[in-house]
Amino acid sequence: MAESQIRNFTLNFGPQHPAAHGVLRLVLELDGEVIDRADPHIGLLHRGTEKLIENKSYLQALPYFDRLDYVSPQNQEHAFALAIEKLLAIEAPPRGQYIRVLYAEIGRILNHIFNVCTFAMDIGAMTPMLWGFEEREILMEFCERVSGARMHMAYFQPGGVVADLPDGLADDIRAWAEHAPGFVDDCETLLTENRIFKQRTVDIGVITAEQAMAWSFTGPNLRAAGVPWDLRKAQPYDVYDRLHFGIPVGKHGDCYDRYLVRIAEMRESIKIVKQCLDDMPAGPVMLRNHKISPPPRAEMKESMEALIHHFKLYTEGYHVAAGETYTVVEAPKGEFGVYLISDGTNKPYRCKIRAPGFAHLQALEFLSKGHMLADVVANIGSLDIVFGEIDR
Amino acid sequence: MDPALHDFGEFIADSLSREVLETKIECNELIVAVHREAIVKVLKFLRDDVNCQFKQLLDVCGVDYPHRDDRFDVVYNLLSLTHNRRIRLKVRTDEETPVPSATGVFVSANWWEREAWDFFGIYFSDHPDLRRIMTDYGFDGHPLRKDFPLTGHVELRYDDERKRVVYEPVKLVQEYRGFDFLSPWEGASAALPGDEKANAAGGGES
Repeated sequence: MAESQIRNFTLNFGPQHPAAHGVLRLVLELDGEVIDRADPHIGLLHRGTEKLIENKSYLQALPYFDRLDYVSPQNQEHAFALAIEKLLAIEAPPRGQYIRVLYAEIGRILNHIFNVCTFAMDIGAMTPMLWGFEEREILMEFCERVSGARMHMAYFQPGGVVADLPDGLADDIRAWAEHAPGFVDDCETLLTENRIFKQRTVDIGVITAEQAMAWSFTGPNLRAAGVPWDLRKAQPYDVYDRLHFGIPVGKHGDCYDRYLVRIAEMRESIKIVKQCLDDMPAGPVMLRNHKISPPPRAEMKESMEALIHHFKLYTEGYHVAAGETYTVVEAPKGEFGVYLISDGTNKPYRCKIRAPGFAHLQALEFLSKGHMLADVVANIGSLDIVFGEIDR
Repeated sequence: MDPALHDFGEFIADSLSREVLETKIECNELIVAVHREAIVKVLKFLRDDVNCQFKQLLDVCGVDYPHRDDRFDVVYNLLSLTHNRRIRLKVRTDEETPVPSATGVFVSANWWEREAWDFFGIYFSDHPDLRRIMTDYGFDGHPLRKDFPLTGHVELRYDDERKRVVYEPVKLVQEYRGFDFLSPWEGASAALPGDEKANAAGGGES
């Protein structure tokens, strides 16, 4: 028999593929059906956010953060707002901090529903997607009622939040929080013990705690590998140190554990939402310093001073003293950091955005090597990749 | 200021007296300036020393200061889970001198260094795969440098005659408008010219 030449098959996955979660182009080298090499090509959604931020005033730069990880926009705003607050040495009033935490947790639930459901759809389960998006719609309505926008809220600002909760919203959120664990239960009945789901996820894309740390994993992906690390506990910001919640940790660091950690985190987030509603004090939601925060509309009709403040704030913005900070929040996907350098003018000198997904996607080749082609899809889904934040 | 952080900064400066140029604390965050050639040694020490245990490299990025001779800063942000502590390392370089790559110590440095190369044109020696990462295939220039215009140099459109996407020099209907907000009224605490007496009456200059 003549000797035949066997060579690896190179496959182009994406950038237009529903399981690529956006615009991931993946060059795969296959030995039969086994992955030999996976080279993610990113940057197809690069919008130059960091460059744009350097050319905007601090307040104008804020909405760009909604457009990074568009699945949980408020958590990104939170990081930027905290970074500016750190440089300005100001602090939001207690009610503002509670509202921020409340909405940050709503953002976390939004994100985890999205991830769990799309992940399930990637590997063959259609129903969670249909159920989950109904639930997300309710949450996005809460966002709309408080800020006017379902997704791109621009609601967390340096010094607090833009507006107080409108009448009746707190009751509606509480009513939702009462039934929400039921939704998580329903979701679990579809997936957690589902034979097909388990066959597709258990022991797929295993990463140990040491490897996860070396690959700069953060958030649920790190916790699924068995590292009990959560910035909300370890380096608390706003009012997280006053709230009681658990940190779910996985054991095996495979796709299934990453799913379970997210499900458990949703339950903890619902608890935080309830606590925020219970503990929230009355009072202002925004710092009353009109060099930083705009004066109320009514005041502007009467006071010349207020009018000037408003005008200056929305044309020139405020000047931030020279300095630099690396401020982080526990975003639903992991550690979201803003490295902000100020040179004393009204625009950031440099704003580096540390997106958790960037590090996670980098490990895709490590996770997928030796697995089957179909498992790449499971890995991408379980890592929680959103290209808005990776490509920036 | 956190005294423990201050002590830790001194510990780093003592342990790596040859490699460390300066330590300072800003916004309660420890910043350590390091010799360019020594960065790999410093990272290794910070990762493995019992008192440091910075097992996670969370970010590497470039910063451009065009007025300086060695215009770029490469900034490393590290996190120690054991000690719940962060540290920021800074290395200076210019357009030609390479920075030793951190990929040998932290695998995850790979993409961040590619990004710094793409955005700023900072070279990293011994990097396994120093390709562009964010910008388009065949992109020219380094967009996050301060002298790179915000609008870029080329724009692309679909050419219906040639049935493909073509690149053309960027044409703007209106110039990009930048406003100078370094207003002369800022910092009104300075004495008005001719009004020095006001301070003298109040018991001399503050």
